[in-house]
Amino acid sequence: MIQEAGGTVTGAMETIRAISATAIPDIPFARTRPVAPVQRGRQKKRGRMIEPAGELTKDEACSLLEAVGRDGDIESFETLFRYYGPRVKAYMARLTRDPNVAEELMQEVMITVWNKAGQFEATRGNAGTWIFTIARNLRIDVYRKNRRPDFDVNDPAFVTEDAKSAENALAERQDAARLKKAMKNLPQEQIQLLTLSFFDDCSHSTIANKLNLPLGTVKSRIRLAFARLRAALEDGK
Amino acid sequence: MNIRHHVSDELLMGYASGTLEEGWRLAVATHLALCPNCRARLNLMENTAGELLENISPLPVETSSFDRLKERIRTEVIAASVSPRQPTSFAKVDSPPIIPEPLRSYLGGDLTELKWKSLGRGAYHIPIKLADRSTTARLLRIPAGKPVPEHSHGGRELTLVLSGSFNDGELVFARGDLEEADASVQHQPLATPGQDCICLAVTDAPLRFRSWIMRLLQPVLGI
Repeated sequence: MIQEAGGTVTGAMETIRAISATAIPDIPFARTRPVAPVQRGRQKKRGRMIEPAGELTKDEACSLLEAVGRDGDIESFETLFRYYGPRVKAYMARLTRDPNVAEELMQEVMITVWNKAGQFEATRGNAGTWIFTIARNLRIDVYRKNRRPDFDVNDPAFVTEDAKSAENALAERQDAARLKKAMKNLPQEQIQLLTLSFFDDCSHSTIANKLNLPLGTVKSRIRLAFARLRAALEDGK
Repeated sequence: MNIRHHVSDELLMGYASGTLEEGWRLAVATHLALCPNCRARLNLMENTAGELLENISPLPVETSSFDRLKERIRTEVIAASVSPRQPTSFAKVDSPPIIPEPLRSYLGGDLTELKWKSLGRGAYHIPIKLADRSTTARLLRIPAGKPVPEHSHGGRELTLVLSGSFNDGELVFARGDLEEADASVQHQPLATPGQDCICLAVTDAPLRFRSWIMRLLQPVLGI
């Protein structure tokens, strides 16, 4: 049973990969057209489409998510939806290429965001990361149909770091801001490799084939990218 | 704990992006449970991906989309969010389990509860059931001090030490250490004397018999 489902899924994945291999899709940070500023509260309807919201600071996103988790505040959720909905849909569309499927997957992600908002730790401060992990997990569950083994922070055998202090929470928020800045300064070629890895499910060797680069170059550029990001985070300490 | 051998960037990115097959993912996740250092690296990768998501070119969403969502929120029974985590039943035990999650659930218990299958001459194994058939996973118990013939292999192999240790050339692999070997690696692992070495071994399924695990067992099995 599982085997059959797995077979179908593998087939679908190959088709998807073949399609996505024909064109190098858009790269984040290379946005050319401006997007509308975020609308608070009630959405502004323009035709049948919601204009994707353009700006939402990390602090704003965290507060909104907190309000959803704490009070079940639907207006905060709507603001989050207007910002993240179109982005999560774009993320899903990188694999499915079918806007209807991407829409359905986005709906699933956003309903999970609504249901789990109470588990979001605002002190650790990264709504974008949290929503990415929800979207990614759904993508695994839908496309791979395998179990998704994960470590469990409540497991007695789990090895913890030194206890997290309030100071660390503050540091993490500052890290998020530094990371944002550091990524703006990464060379486009490194952003492209990160995007192919994180959004298009490409292994290092697939990327090498796609971009006609030696495998070693792909590996070293990725290593370089993370080294730069890590250095940017350490600079601030 | 002092882990010296960590998960590679490529495997960790596979974990962060969700592309690893179940067997590899099981080994990486279990290593992560033991290694705060690699969890910090994972954290950076996930934050990077989150930042990419913030900057992706958004796709327009229909106006009816949020109305549908609101309707679902109104009508659906929220099952997932109200079930609090059940603490695992280790309260009565003083020392924490040896085998961390997620591996412990795959095995159905901790080290003391396992039913080993003898491979003869002191070696044991437990095959691990995976839904994905492209990888093969097993828990191995290699007798202390047992040498392994030098060999190479065709696919990727991950070996995560859970108890005891093994030497591979100059390198020592102990609890939490992850060895990643590919076709180019020629190695001669050797369980360290004094204690049996218990490790999780994951291989590409079609290469099962050519893997060093099987070769490692060859002298034990007498084949």
